[in-house]
Amino acid sequence: MLSVLLDTLFDGISIGSVLLLAALGLAIVFGLMGVINMAHGELMMIGAYTMYLVQNSFGGLGGVWFESYIFLALPTAFLVAALGGLMLERWVIRYLYGRPLETLLATWGVSLILQQFVRSVNWAMVIGLVLWGALILTGRLLVWPRWGNLPWMSRVWVIAAGALAWGVGALAGERFGLALEEPWFGAEGVDVNAPDWLQGGIPLGDFQLPASRLFIISLTSICLLGLYLFLQKSPWGLRIRAVTQNRSMSACLGIPTGTVDALTFALGSGLAGVAGCAVSLLGSVDPNLGQEYIVNTFMVVVVGGVGNLVGSVVAAMTIGILQDLFSSGILPLLLGDKNPLTGFFNFFATDSMAKVIVFALIIIFLQVRPAGMFPQKGRSVDA
Amino acid sequence: MLQVASLDVYYGESHILRSVDLTVPPGQMVCLIGRNGVGKTTLLKTIMGLIHPRRGSITLKGESILSLSPDQRARQGIGYVPQGREIIPRLTVEENLLLGLEARPRGSRSTKIPPEIFELFPVLKTMLSRRGGDLSGGQQQQLAIGRALMGQPQLLVLDEPTEGIQPSIILEIEAAVRRIIESQGVSVLLVEQHLHFVRQADFYYAMQKGGIVASGLTQNLSQDVIQQFLAV
Ligand SMILES: Nc1ncnc2c1ncn2[C@@H]1O[C@H](COP(=O)(O)OP(=O)(O)OP(=O)(O)O)[C@@H](O)[C@H]1O
Ligand SMILES: [Mg+2]
Repeated sequence: MLSVLLDTLFDGISIGSVLLLAALGLAIVFGLMGVINMAHGELMMIGAYTMYLVQNSFGGLGGVWFESYIFLALPTAFLVAALGGLMLERWVIRYLYGRPLETLLATWGVSLILQQFVRSVNWAMVIGLVLWGALILTGRLLVWPRWGNLPWMSRVWVIAAGALAWGVGALAGERFGLALEEPWFGAEGVDVNAPDWLQGGIPLGDFQLPASRLFIISLTSICLLGLYLFLQKSPWGLRIRAVTQNRSMSACLGIPTGTVDALTFALGSGLAGVAGCAVSLLGSVDPNLGQEYIVNTFMVVVVGGVGNLVGSVVAAMTIGILQDLFSSGILPLLLGDKNPLTGFFNFFATDSMAKVIVFALIIIFLQVRPAGMFPQKGRSVDA
Repeated sequence: MLQVASLDVYYGESHILRSVDLTVPPGQMVCLIGRNGVGKTTLLKTIMGLIHPRRGSITLKGESILSLSPDQRARQGIGYVPQGREIIPRLTVEENLLLGLEARPRGSRSTKIPPEIFELFPVLKTMLSRRGGDLSGGQQQQLAIGRALMGQPQLLVLDEPTEGIQPSIILEIEAAVRRIIESQGVSVLLVEQHLHFVRQADFYYAMQKGGIVASGLTQNLSQDVIQQFLAV
């Protein structure tokens, strides 16, 4: 009995760890810019696919490579997702500050684009995109400066370059057929093979602690600690905290707020990428991966209280454990057959029903504590 | 040092500042007076770049700063002490002071708080690890001035530094500002209601309904003008 309970607790903590890892990035971005990034889940997905690619290229070499590819995959996923987030901030969100609804819609659009992109990306498409980027860069550096008095020409250039690049991509696809046109990943899920040392478990009494879950828990702890130290001890951390609390005064002190925004967004996105790696260890990776996690991730941020790391930790663990408690069906087991509540809990003992009841609990909780578990206290609240 | 010429500022469609001209000569202290709601804070915010004027020019050391963002203006040497103090509430006093260093040119930054700050405001030394938001109003005001000084500004912009503060602290703040001007040669633009403090300035400008209606040397400040523009 006890071991079953421990097992549930452990599973709950590991689910909570994934949620926390995903929520950290969202929480710091939301705290700083008041922006809800609907594409955060897709940044996780990008991280997961990055893990898959690294596993395919380096893990394929076998031996030591396979055993340790994950330590290359984590920083790579962080960088790729951070870069994606940086582009999102520079090209989309930057223009929508102060308009939360538009930001919500725009990032939702981006999330759909990203999902479709991983479904259909192939060599022909990549060739076209790279060509387009190269043409725009050439235009920017060499051609546009001479058109100082004809600014609209640069737009024509971008569109024409796009058409040309698309044409070349399509032609190449036609010419070389499947070699270029076969999707890299497709709409089906792909599986990341964890190294052997992550597949076993550590025996503890009469049950096993799965190594992959232990790994996720330690990964989350390390990220949390790193983030905490970064925010509290580094100069950029200080700037981020200042801008989070008073943007216009921070600017008047000489803090480059635009840079702070971009950096924070990249950091949050990078953390999403790492979360994606963690998720890829738990199941197959598909284009909808982001969607599955985003709602829970929001819940963590809301329940924990905005801009509060401790709150996020407690909220993530609570939600994770509750979820597992309901879905594992341990409650009916504990209560025994006679108890009238047993039927009730049996009914909710599936993954999706467990989500339903957790959300219901969250809604009730937010009625009681609208500002989350740990609202800001002290004189500073009304300052 | 600072020159503002024919500045027009609007909030939406309401015309707040009307063709304002104002000059702060190097090393001098200029005081802007006027009753509540005439647009003094609006003028200072426009100088900082928080509000964009519809017409007019602002030049610092002979160069236009209109196209610069607030953080760039701060790094050009403007130190701002806003009305309401705007201490970052959940940072410690020490962290608030360190943020003042952001306005210094890159490379010349130390990470230490120079002792002059504590000579000017001894209270701060005992409170370094307290949260800025938990300080009293007078302490916050001293912190706000200290924070602005950390950036070694050439122009210090103060918005009602004595608002809601007891007389003994007002005198302390006054003395501190005077010492800053004497020892560091900074120029000061001050918005003030408190007559004693106003008299410390070299020049005054009086504002009414968003326009400058009187100006001159502070020595020549007449009882009439005081009656009309200061809430004494
Ligand atoms: N954000 C705003 N939106 C619209 N109107 C504003 C805004 N801020 C100030 N105003 C208006 O602009 C006018 C000038 O305000 P300002 O704050 O500059 O006055 P002030 O001279 O600093 O007054 P006080 O001595 O009370 O600080 C006021 O009539 C005020 O109502
Ligand atoms: Mg004012």
